[in-house]
Amino acid sequence: MVSELINANPVIYEKKERRVRSVPSTADEYAVEPIDQEEIFDILFVYIKDPEHPYSLEELKVISEDAIEVDDGRGHVRVTFTPTVEHCSMATVIGLCIRVKLLRSLPSRFKVDIRVAPGSHATEAAVNKQLNDKERVAAALENPNVVEMVDECLTPSYE
Amino acid sequence: MAETSELTQHLECYVDTARSPTEQAASLNFITSLVKRDLLTIEALVKEMRMYLTITDNVIRARGILLLAEVLTGLPSKPLDNATIHSLIGFFTDRLADWRALRGALVGCLALLRRQVNAGTVSSSDAKVVAQSYRENLPVQSLAQQDRKLCFELLECLLQRYPNEVASLGEDLFYAISEAIDGEKDPHCLILTFHIVEVLVQIFPDPSGPLASFCGDLFEFLGCYFPIHFTHLKDEDADVKRDDLSKALMSAFSSSALFEPFVIPLLLEKLSSSLPLAKVDSLKYLNYCASRYGAERMAKHAEAIWISIKHAISNSLEEPAKSFTSEPLFGLGFQENEIATEALILLQKVTMQNDALFLSLIVRDEDINNVFNSIASHESYTSIPSKGRQNLHAVGRILCIITKTSMASCNRVFESFFPCLMNTLEISMENSSKDFTLNENSFSSKRFNFGALYLCVEFIAACRDLIMRTKELAENFVTADETCCYMLQSSATTLINAFCSTLAKSSDKVVDDADIYFKVKGLQILATFPGDFLQTPKVTFENVLKTLMSIILVDFDMPLLWKLALKALARIGSFVDMYHESEKAQSYIGFVVEKTISLVSQDDFNVPFPLKLEAVSEIGASRPNHMLRIVQGLEEAIVSNLSEIYVHGDLKSAEKTIQLLECYSNKIIPWIEETGGFEEVLYRFVISIWNCIDRCKDSSIQVQEEGLLHATMMAVKLAVGSCSEESQNIIIQKAYGALSSGISMPLKESMDDSSSIKLENLHLSEQVDKLSPRDEWIVALFASVLIAMRPRIHIANGKGTLHLFMTALVKGCVPAAQALGSVINKLGTPSNEIASSTGCTLEESMEIIFRSKPWNINENEVLRGSGTSHSSKVGLTELCLGFSSNKLLQVHAITGLAWIGKGLLLIGHEQVKDVTKILLECLLADDRVGASELKQGLLETICNQPSVMRSAADAFHILMSDSDVCLNRKFHAQIRPLYKQRFFSTVMPILQSLIVKSDSSLSRSMLYRAAAHLISNAPLIVILSEAKKLMKVLVDGLSILSEDILDKDKLYSLLLVLSGILTDKCGEEPILENAHILIDCLTRLIAYPHMMLVRETAIQCLLAMSELPRPRIFPMKRQVLQAISKALDDPKRAVRQEAVRCHHACVKPNLSPDDGIKLSVKSTTQAGVPYVVLLPPSIPTTATLPSSVLAVFLVTVKNRR
Repeated sequence: MVSELINANPVIYEKKERRVRSVPSTADEYAVEPIDQEEIFDILFVYIKDPEHPYSLEELKVISEDAIEVDDGRGHVRVTFTPTVEHCSMATVIGLCIRVKLLRSLPSRFKVDIRVAPGSHATEAAVNKQLNDKERVAAALENPNVVEMVDECLTPSYE
Repeated sequence: MAETSELTQHLECYVDTARSPTEQAASLNFITSLVKRDLLTIEALVKEMRMYLTITDNVIRARGILLLAEVLTGLPSKPLDNATIHSLIGFFTDRLADWRALRGALVGCLALLRRQVNAGTVSSSDAKVVAQSYRENLPVQSLAQQDRKLCFELLECLLQRYPNEVASLGEDLFYAISEAIDGEKDPHCLILTFHIVEVLVQIFPDPSGPLASFCGDLFEFLGCYFPIHFTHLKDEDADVKRDDLSKALMSAFSSSALFEPFVIPLLLEKLSSSLPLAKVDSLKYLNYCASRYGAERMAKHAEAIWISIKHAISNSLEEPAKSFTSEPLFGLGFQENEIATEALILLQKVTMQNDALFLSLIVRDEDINNVFNSIASHESYTSIPSKGRQNLHAVGRILCIITKTSMASCNRVFESFFPCLMNTLEISMENSSKDFTLNENSFSSKRFNFGALYLCVEFIAACRDLIMRTKELAENFVTADETCCYMLQSSATTLINAFCSTLAKSSDKVVDDADIYFKVKGLQILATFPGDFLQTPKVTFENVLKTLMSIILVDFDMPLLWKLALKALARIGSFVDMYHESEKAQSYIGFVVEKTISLVSQDDFNVPFPLKLEAVSEIGASRPNHMLRIVQGLEEAIVSNLSEIYVHGDLKSAEKTIQLLECYSNKIIPWIEETGGFEEVLYRFVISIWNCIDRCKDSSIQVQEEGLLHATMMAVKLAVGSCSEESQNIIIQKAYGALSSGISMPLKESMDDSSSIKLENLHLSEQVDKLSPRDEWIVALFASVLIAMRPRIHIANGKGTLHLFMTALVKGCVPAAQALGSVINKLGTPSNEIASSTGCTLEESMEIIFRSKPWNINENEVLRGSGTSHSSKVGLTELCLGFSSNKLLQVHAITGLAWIGKGLLLIGHEQVKDVTKILLECLLADDRVGASELKQGLLETICNQPSVMRSAADAFHILMSDSDVCLNRKFHAQIRPLYKQRFFSTVMPILQSLIVKSDSSLSRSMLYRAAAHLISNAPLIVILSEAKKLMKVLVDGLSILSEDILDKDKLYSLLLVLSGILTDKCGEEPILENAHILIDCLTRLIAYPHMMLVRETAIQCLLAMSELPRPRIFPMKRQVLQAISKALDDPKRAVRQEAVRCHHACVKPNLSPDDGIKLSVKSTTQAGVPYVVLLPPSIPTTATLPSSVLAVFLVTVKNRR
């Protein structure tokens, strides 16, 4: 485990004002409300927190709503996140948390694609490859230490 | 002597520290009561105690002295002679030096000093000795908290009771006090300390007296407590709060004007600190001190105070400003925190105290003048930077507050700033009504400068506030010759016209919300100035009304403007009526009220209906007489539409009439009920509807319009329900008249046989199972009147009416059944003399309904009136039981029976049992038919059976549920408490046993359905107590109700019962017992396609179940996860969110890592993935693993799938 923090003093950003979703008209019982950007963001926002700090990923601007692409019809989600520092070794853990969270929260028809924002990490390609390799993710999740850490991040904090 | 020994015992008990506090308290009480009852004198007591009072053992001496002191505390009004008091006080004063036994001495001194005047008090010379001893012997700050508190109380008491004696101590006193209070930190003591200072200052009021030189030192001790910073936890010291402390300190600060040179600079300094608490407190203290010190002393601080206030206000405005809504705002709607609020209050206070000084400061103020100078650049709200908006807001608020303080300041503000604003707005200050036409053109081409508009409207509003307030205080206060009045007079007309013309044309141009807000506000305020202050010409006032009304009629697509205009109109309306502006009131009625009536009654305006309703209720609510006008208009419109429809068969206006009726029931009737005193209106409404029915009886047109019928019925019911008994009697007479002449069925006059022949000709045979539409209309409306009537109302021809309703009932007229239920319900009132005098008692009605057999069935299965053949007469009971094979008839009869049964159930009548029996019979019909099927071979019967059985099952819903169409409190039903519980507990066991016995699947499912109705309508507390027995029925009920889309609401209410059980602690056991079937059922409901709420609630129930003890739930986890993962793809977002939450709860390893979890890898799935089963601890295990491994397994299983 890490003995000292990778980014000891991160910049905290103010949370963006949550836009209020217009209440869906209850008139049509059978209308379909597609899964959209905001919903994915809500899933990620409510639960995941930073592995190092007691802040949510939103407050650290690791993920923002604009960095999520969703195609409900074709069942595809792409999340692009920005690690706080370039050499952040936590990037893979954050990515893994996002992946696990989405796996648990989205219907199985979705393919989840997780990427580090271009230019935001020293070993960008390696991280991307690691995060999107099925076998490697499965292997990582069999490591009790990793799972413990992921679950720790996914525990709702409900501030 | 026995008493003496007892006394000794008690003395010993109190002195002995080993005894419990309760024993000691009892001893003290005993001794006190001895003295009180004169069984023991103080002298004797002291003699008895002498050993304890003088012993060298510190502990015993302390207890002894305390005992004596406590006894004295208990005797504040017991007369004592002076010698006793003198020797006692001497003793205690002496003991003040004995620090080991101090407590008793302090309590004793206090007790003696606080004695009631007529019971003998301490002499002044003794008091002085106490004070001296206090000064010499008490090192207050080195004592414990309790003793310090006593010391302060003693000092306070001395100061209050013996001011002159204490004062003679001179400087010594000051030193004693400052020594005592220096560095005190305990809140209880502090409150006393502050009070001591306050009292001390009052003893030496002389500004050149001894205190004057000592003030600085004293304030040094006091000043360091400001602002009170209080960190005590909530429960600790709950009796002293920060507020109390702060108030005590505030009154100490303001106790003497001598403190002024120290206090004000300190407060001003703290005001500039960055601590919000300090700022708020400083402002509050300044406010309070200003009033205590007086204008003269405050004058020299005026400038500093003004600057501080200005900074406090402008620095404490919080972004973001609220957006403009129809609610009134302060200024530009910036959030004002406590600092700004307090600052404004202070400003008002100091201006009131010394208006000339502050006004000159404000008028000369650079910042304010800068804002005015830059105002020309603030063209529109959106173009002003945020800092500029803040400044504008602050200036607006400051000047408003100033304007409101007095007429003089109002004049001054107007003089200084108003011309400049008018200039910027390009409005000439000449009285310009003549060249108004010229101006109008110029206004329409340009837009107003926003900054000037805002300030101008705020000024006028403040000015109006001031005038209204002074008018309230003094009736005949003449304000017309004030400067501000002249200035307003000269520009008001132009302003109004300018606002009107720009608002009227704003519809085709995009404008700011802010612009609209202030223009409408301006109009509203200018139109509501009292006439003796500001003379607005009639034309101008009408122009305002016209403009606002045209907004209501045309600009309904601009919600803000529309709402604001409506509110403004309502305010103007209540103003003109309240202040007896008769000319204006006339214009208002002509332009606004009449227009509003035409708005609802004619459909040439395309204003959406909800907005129309809002307009009606807002404008009507402004004054009762406006509402009455509107109600009348509405009523006329309704009646004319109804006769249009029913006389001429013109269905075009049906839709609109429904809306009008809804408006009447939803807005007008509640208003009338709330206001009170206008029941006459409702009575008139009902009568005119019956007149309308009377009119159209000659028309041959048959109109069938379900929606209209329901709306009319509801309006009639509500109106009748609110009428008084007398009016109801007249209404019933009237209605009966219309009924008997208008209906095509003959009304039986009485129950004798000759007339029953007439009944034979009932039109039953002609139209087998339907009333003609017009008959239905009349019968239903008559039923509505009866439903809503009060108990003890006389019904003309009661029996005939009952027969008529019976006939209507079997023809499927549900209101008739409801009316029957209501009539029976109300006849059941204990003292119903009036009803019995008409010859129609409850018993007779029951006879008619349940035992008479008015019909018989002929060969074609057609119902006929009885009389032709006496062989097979039938009554309601027989019809319900299916004597006729016409199933529709049976369904109608059952529904009718249910309503009648409900009426009986509410009064707790015996007959309910028979009704229930009949219904249960119907439910079991399938079993019966099944047995006799071979005999009769009536296949057709079985095909029709479900609808009958279903209606019998649904009858239980009617019986148990609260209805809003009849039989409720609004319609004066008699309701016995707990009737639901009673019915539930009698019927439920029967149903359960029938379910067990039933061998036909159809009938069992219907029994489940009936049970489901019972469960979902019974109070939750009853269900919880029986949850164990009901669980299976409940689950089966859920599955049966989920089969038919029409039952979705019933399904949902049943599911809510289940979730109620789940969330209650008592429900846990039955849930656990039935966990398996519950989860089965819930996982099926997750996929229920017809109602989102059902799916959502089902998932919530599962979530609640995941909290249950793990060993019972774990085996079902797989099934739950599968169902949930389907729900993750639900079309509705709310369901998906619940699913995510539930999924999370199911997956999370909520066991602590230290628990060894007993696991066995039991098997592998087809894909070769191992899955784990949690075993109860009793079963021997194959492995013991930490919990993280469990998590790994779960995640692995999930991932590979």
